[in-house]
Parts: sequence; C-alpha cells; structure tokens
Amino acid sequence: MPEGALIGVVSHAAHGETRVAATPPTVRQLTGLGYRVLVESGAGAAAGFTDEAYTGVGAEIGDTKVAWGADIVFAVRAPESDEIALLQDGATLISLLAPGLNPDLVAALAARPITALALDAVPRISRAQSMDVLSSMANIAGYRAVVEAAHVFGRFFTGQVTAAGKVPPAKVLVAGAGVAGLAAIGAASSMGAIVRSTDPRPEVADQVRSLGGEYLAVDVAAEQTGTGYATATSEDYNKRAAEIYSEQAADVDIIITTALIPGRPAPKLITAEDVAAMKPGSVVVDMAAAQGGNVAGTKAGEVVITSNGVTLIGYTDLPGRLPAQASQLYGQNLVNLMKLLTPEKNGTLVLDFDDVVQRGITVVRDGESMWPPPPVQVSAAPAAKAVAERVVPVQKKMSAQRQLGIVAIGVLALFGVNAFAPQPIPEHFTVLMLSIVIGYYVIGKVHHALHTPLMSITNAISGIIVVGALLQIEHDDTTIRALSFIAILLASINVFGGFAVTRRMLSMFSKG
Amino acid sequence: MDAESIADAAYIVAALLFILALAGLSRHESSRQGIIYGIAGMAIALVAVSGQVFENIDAEGGLLLAVAVVIGAGIGLWRAKVVEMTGMPELIALLHSFVGLAAVLVGWNGYYEVEDDPNQTEFAGSLLDIHHAEVFIGVFIGAVTFTGSIVAYLKLSAKIKSAPLMLPAKNLLNIGMLVAFAGLTIAFTVEPSLGLLIAVTVVALALGVHLVASIGGGDMPVVVSMLNSYSGWAAAASGFLLSNNLLITTGALVGSSGAYLSFIMCKAMNRSFISVIAGGFGIEAPAGEDTEYGEHREINADGAAEMLADADSVIITPGYGMATAQAQHAVAELTRKLRERGITVRFGIHPVAGRLPGHMNVLLAEAKVPYDIVLEMDEINDDFPSTSVVLVIGANDTVNPAAIDDPTSPIAGMPVLHVWESSHVIVFKRSMATGYAGVQNPLFFKENTQMLFGDAKARVEDILRGLDLLVSAGSGSAHR
Repeated sequence: MPEGALIGVVSHAAHGETRVAATPPTVRQLTGLGYRVLVESGAGAAAGFTDEAYTGVGAEIGDTKVAWGADIVFAVRAPESDEIALLQDGATLISLLAPGLNPDLVAALAARPITALALDAVPRISRAQSMDVLSSMANIAGYRAVVEAAHVFGRFFTGQVTAAGKVPPAKVLVAGAGVAGLAAIGAASSMGAIVRSTDPRPEVADQVRSLGGEYLAVDVAAEQTGTGYATATSEDYNKRAAEIYSEQAADVDIIITTALIPGRPAPKLITAEDVAAMKPGSVVVDMAAAQGGNVAGTKAGEVVITSNGVTLIGYTDLPGRLPAQASQLYGQNLVNLMKLLTPEKNGTLVLDFDDVVQRGITVVRDGESMWPPPPVQVSAAPAAKAVAERVVPVQKKMSAQRQLGIVAIGVLALFGVNAFAPQPIPEHFTVLMLSIVIGYYVIGKVHHALHTPLMSITNAISGIIVVGALLQIEHDDTTIRALSFIAILLASINVFGGFAVTRRMLSMFSKG
Repeated sequence: MDAESIADAAYIVAALLFILALAGLSRHESSRQGIIYGIAGMAIALVAVSGQVFENIDAEGGLLLAVAVVIGAGIGLWRAKVVEMTGMPELIALLHSFVGLAAVLVGWNGYYEVEDDPNQTEFAGSLLDIHHAEVFIGVFIGAVTFTGSIVAYLKLSAKIKSAPLMLPAKNLLNIGMLVAFAGLTIAFTVEPSLGLLIAVTVVALALGVHLVASIGGGDMPVVVSMLNSYSGWAAAASGFLLSNNLLITTGALVGSSGAYLSFIMCKAMNRSFISVIAGGFGIEAPAGEDTEYGEHREINADGAAEMLADADSVIITPGYGMATAQAQHAVAELTRKLRERGITVRFGIHPVAGRLPGHMNVLLAEAKVPYDIVLEMDEINDDFPSTSVVLVIGANDTVNPAAIDDPTSPIAGMPVLHVWESSHVIVFKRSMATGYAGVQNPLFFKENTQMLFGDAKARVEDILRGLDLLVSAGSGSAHR
C-alpha cells in the first residue's frame, strides 16, 4: 500500500466524552482512500468499540501522544490547550470546534502552524448534507430526548385497553420541528404517544404530519384578514404562540423543546407559570439547555424536579448518550468529508478554497486564521428559498422604484392626453385602460397547461383587425382597396386558422 | 336604429364574448365553451361590420371582400388542420406576423383616406394632428410585429440559425431606431407626407428584424408571447385610428395577455423582461467553466427498463428535446405501461420548457396523456425526494442544479425542477453538449444520475421493448 498520510483518532475519555471520531467500518473506508489510521488506545471503549476491533480492520493502536501527533487528527471535542500543543507542525485537525462561539480557541489554533477544520461549520447546502454533523447529531439527540423523557415518565406512551383497565396515551408537545424536533416527533409517535408540534415555519407542517405528529399553527394571519402574513408582526406572533404553549402545557404530559437561533441565546418558550400548570409526573426535556434553555428553570446538564413534581431535564450531551450510533454517524460524516478532500484517493489531503464547503469549514490554514469564511450564497433545502429571497428583494427593490417611476410617467401622460385631447380620444383611452385591466385579471387565471391554446385564441381574436380593413374596403380608391384586400385576407387567415387550431388543441386535452 | 348603431351594439356584445372566451380558458373543463364564445363573438362582429359595409359598397368591392375572406379562411383552416403539434410555435409566430402586416396596411390606408385626401372633412384641427400620430403609431407597432414575427418564425422552423445576432452597439441601434421613430412622428404631425410614412415603415421593419434576430432560440417562449402582446397593441392602435372601440378592447385584451405570459416566462427564468429583449443571455462568459465535474455514468435501455419496473413512482420532466425528437407518443405509451403496472407516473413541466408557453402540455395532450397527471413545477417540486425514478427527456437548463448551488452560474437563481433529489435520475440526451444557456449541467455528474444517450424517441421505444421482455420473462415487477 502506498504511504498515505496518517490519521490519528484521539480519545476523549478523560473529558467524559463517549463518542469517537472513527468506528471500525469507517476506518476501513478511510484506508480505502489511501490513508493509514492510528487509534488512541481506548478511544472507542465508551462507544463499545474495542482496540481489537480497530486492529481487525487494519488500524494501529497508539498512545495519546502518537494519536495527537498524526498528520491528520480526528477529534470529536474541541482540543484543550495542552492537546493543541501536542499537534505536529503542518498537521490538520478535524473536529467540532464551534468557531463562532469560541474566538479564544480560534486564536489558540491560529497560533500554531496547523490547519483546523470545523465539522460543525459545514454550509447547509444539499451537496454538503452528507457531511453535516450537526444534522446527524441533532437527529440522535431528538431520539434520545424522547427516550430520556420516557425513562422518567411514570406511565406508558401508548394508549391501551387492558384487563386491568384503560390506559390513556401520553401527550407529547415538541416545540420546534427542525432535525432534532422531527426526530423526536418520529420517536414519540412510534412509541404510541399523541404528538403535537409547533414551529414558526408553516412549511414544516407536512413534515410534522409525515412523522405522525399534529402541527399546531400559530394562526396570526387568520386574525388579520386581507393582508396576509407579511404584516403579522412578530409581537402578535409571539403573543399567540405563548398562548398556545400555555394551553398545551396544561394539557400534555411531556414537552420537548428544540428551539435554537444560531448565535443567539435560546428563546424562552415555556414560562415558569406554564411549568407550574403542568400535571405532577410530567416531564420536560430542554434540548436548548446549553444555550440558556427554552424552559424557565432548566439547568444545563442537570435534572431538576419542581415543587409540583415536574421533571426538567437539561442534559447537554444527548448525542453522547447514544455513543455507538453517534460515533458511527459522526465517523461516516468524516469519511464523506475525506472523500471530498481526497480527490485522488491516494491518502493525500487537498484543500480547495474555491469549493464553498471546504472554504466554509476551514478555521485555520497553516497557522493563519480563516474565520469567519465568506458567507455561502446558498444553503440547503430551505436554501433554495433563501437564495430566491435574497436575490429577489434586491431586484424587486430596484424594479419597484422603476415601476413607480414608470407608473407615475404613465399616469401623467394619460392625464395630459385626456386633459388636452378632444373627443373621442379620452373615450378611447377609457376603453383601452378598462380592457387592459380586465385582460390582466382574466389572463392571470388561465391554467398553465392552456397557455398555448390561449396564444392561439388570442391570435384568432386579434384577427379582429379585419374589422378595420373591412371598413376601409368600402372606399373606392384603388390603392386603398388593394391594401384592404390584402389586410382582409391576412386577418381572415388568423381568424379562421386561429380558432380552428385552438379547437383542435383543446379537443386533445383529456382527463385520465 | 341604423346599420352603424347596430354595429356599435354588436361590438359591445362581441367584446364581452371575447372576455368570456379568455375566461373560459382558465380551466380545462370550461375551455371548450370558451372557444365557442370566442367564435360567436367573432361571428357577431363580422356580421355587424359586414352589414355596415354592404350598405354603401359597390358590387366590385363586395366581391373583393368576399374573395379575400374566402381565400383567407381557406388558407387558415388548411394550415390549422395540417400543422404538427411540434410545429405549433412556428404557426403561432406566423399568425402574429399577419396581424402585424394587416395593422401596417390599415395604417397606410388611414393615410390614404385622410392625409392624402385633400377633400376629407372628417378630421380637422387637433383631431387631424392626432390622426397623423395614430397612423404612425399603428404602422410602427404593426411593422415591428410583422418582421419580428417573421424572424421568430424563421428561427423556430430552423430556416435560419437560432443563435443570437450580435451586432456591435445593438442597444444603441435599438434606441436609435426608437428615437428616429419619435422624430419622424413629430415631422409627420407637422407636415404629413408619403416619404415620411415610407421612412417610418422601413425603420420599424428593421427594428423588428433586429430585435428578434438578436434573441437566441431558448428565449423563444418570451419572444413569442411578447410578439403576441405586440400584435394586440397593433390592433388597439388601429382601433384608435379608426375610432373603433371593439378593436381597442380586443387589442388591449390580447396585448395584456401576451404581456402577462411574457412576465410569467421571464419569472420562470429569473430574468428581467428588458434583459431578454436586449438579448444579453448569450453574451455572458459562463463562469466556472473549468470546474471538474467528474465522470458521468451511462445506462442502457434495458437497465432503465428494469429500474422503471422496480420503481414506485416516476416523474417525467420533458423539454424541447422531446419535441424535436417527436418522442411524445412513445413517452405517452411508456406512461400508460407504467401506470398499468401500478406505478405512479407524473409529469413535471417547467414554465419555459419548449419554445412556447404551454408547449409541452400541448404535445402531451396530443399523445393522450391525461392532463391531471401533468403538473407545474411548483406543484411537483416538493415531491422529488419521495420519487424513485425521474426521466429527464430532452431538458437541460430547466433541471440544472447549478441554478441553486452555484451563485456564479449564469442561470443562478432561476427556479428549476429539483430532479436530483429523487433516488435515481435517467437523463435522455444526444450527447454531453451543454444546453441553450451554454452552461455545464452538474446534474449529469451526480451519483444518482445515469445518462441514456441517443435519440429520445428511439431510446424510449427501446425501454418499452425492455419492459415487455421483463413482463414475458416474468421477472422485474413479479415481486410486487
């Protein structure tokens, strides 16, 4: 095998981290890309991967120093300062780094002649989904949140009718239908609970339903008829949302909150009063606890039992509580990244800064801080929309001004013509304007599939110009007659041909 | 009550019927009523105007009139009967040109009737000046429509190359001709003369040629609907000239219809109307051309047949290539076979697919594909992730993920069909050449994309044979 670069997979056991950045299956894929892999002894122990399992797929086992001293270092947690010191000059560190929140860490990394790639900075575009660690971890966390809640909750999730009596199903509210929220909805509903979900984005309603949940719309638009959402202020929205949370808190048994806003403290969704209104024995899992929490009274990393017997779970290590699964997905994300970074499959890592994904994750390159990266123009599925939103307003703004200008000129011209022109010009303009308006509204309703018949029928009726030619043929001047003759002939082709071909087309459309 | 007041009343009825005709086209169910309204409106208008005309026309004039209508009707009905559905864009462009030429002739007659006739008493003072201007405007719009449509026709029927004509300073040229028109109009209003009329006609004819010649083939949906609009305005201008409200109403209806369609088409390409008219699309040097996209994968027709037989749901996204290959009947047959096997088959139509708004719909309707499985881009775009196989037949730019992923792409921001989100994509294509926009399509290099090279019709027929073999061999979908 050619001498590829050495990947060191480090252990975080000393810091209580259960996950590991490579599993035996992903090690095999990494060696397939031409790399050599060295795993720190005991790195996979907490996730159930023994050193033997790693050696079985061709990895070497080494100590902390060797693992951190490799050409490429795979980690899960951001390194401590002593760990940074262990990195070789010219090494590449790939890990979760949260560079946006940790400027000190970025500075410490940039102080060394190394390259650091933050897996949690993968731009959210479709192409990069296979490397999106945040999504894979959120998925696990959402599932685990339900498991934690079920563990504490003193009753079944599913409703049952037993010989010993009827058991009502548990009711679960999931606040926020992102990746974690959707995973929680799926897990809870497959356990038989009644699941409801809230989210400010109405477009997730279908996703919620597809996983068996019920989407609770914050129906602000309905109250302000006519103008639609655009004018619905966020204040109205928040007020109505708070009402929904209060109503639901009194009704449901379990609340799982997942609301996070990037770079900001988590929004407070559930107030102390809401928690006080919950039934004894209810459980709240606050998945945003690390960012300050969505629920009043949660403590990051701890379980709090309120005076009315509600359990508030604020674990911040939910993915790590499913270490084997989390390691496998994390490792696979890393493999997908390495595939991108190893175009030749020869064990040589190549960074291409023209690629938004590779540029986006690079925090430090050869000791030079590259953070923050230029904004990525495009992000994932909502991304397509984001772009449209970004591009369109700019255009709209310009054309809105231009439109206003054109309208103003048009109105002035119309006014001028009608104010000064003698009859019948103003009358003609009245007819023209009204017809344009009618035409616009009538055409706007035409079914897209009928656009071609529309064109041919408008072709036929614009043959109405034959009327003009007919009125002129009565003149006895020869030139006029000759010209009218040709005009009538041409317009007749239009009238008859247009209608005939439209009929022919329409008769072809049939319903299945 | 005389012939004229009868005619005026009839015009109002006819105008109303035309509005009902257009309104009828809003739904498939009412579309056939719509055309009946349209024909009725036209018949009423023609009878009324004939009544008015025959009151004071001599026998020779009457005969001429009848002969012209009969010849025109004959040609029109004959063309409508024999036209191929794939040739629809050409026919429509040609019909536009007739309206344009008729408007020019009506305008010239307006000149001979009034300006050239020292004995006329109908117009005087400022009304006469306005008449001068109306003649000019009518002739101008008509002539631009006429030559523009002729060029569009020639391009669509591949009689001339559809590549955009690139004259130096073409925008200046366009503006110059508009300025010349304004200048000539003022001169004519001051002192009418035949020379000025000829001059404006020539300028307008040249402008029409140049406008459309500098727009490339892929922008034809916009051009055709724009010319549709112009033909309406030409009729409306004639209405002003002849003081005829029916012409104004109808012209405005047609004009706004064409304008609205152009607007839809431009939106579908994420471009401004001005930029299409200016024909700027082709000039932009495509950025990021050096990008390595990797290898594309090929599949043969039998492989595609197997993949289809095992699919749960299939979406077909046709483009202009389906029209050029005349593949719509084979595609319809494939649709029928797959549906018989219980596979959901739907069509996703991009608004600018083809060379005419709604072109694909007409082709599929001709091939007897039920219209309720033919969906618009917005209706189907969210369904791709749950789709097993997407067949891209002769479409390229409308399914290009670069429009979303690559902000430097010339087509960035254009809404496209998200075919790549499905499990498998089969692209029918003649070669690896780029689409109209000259942009490489990363779709072809995606891992879930397979290319099926060759003539679309022949390949679809191969797949049909492959499917039949699978049935007779009892394999394929036997497990379903």
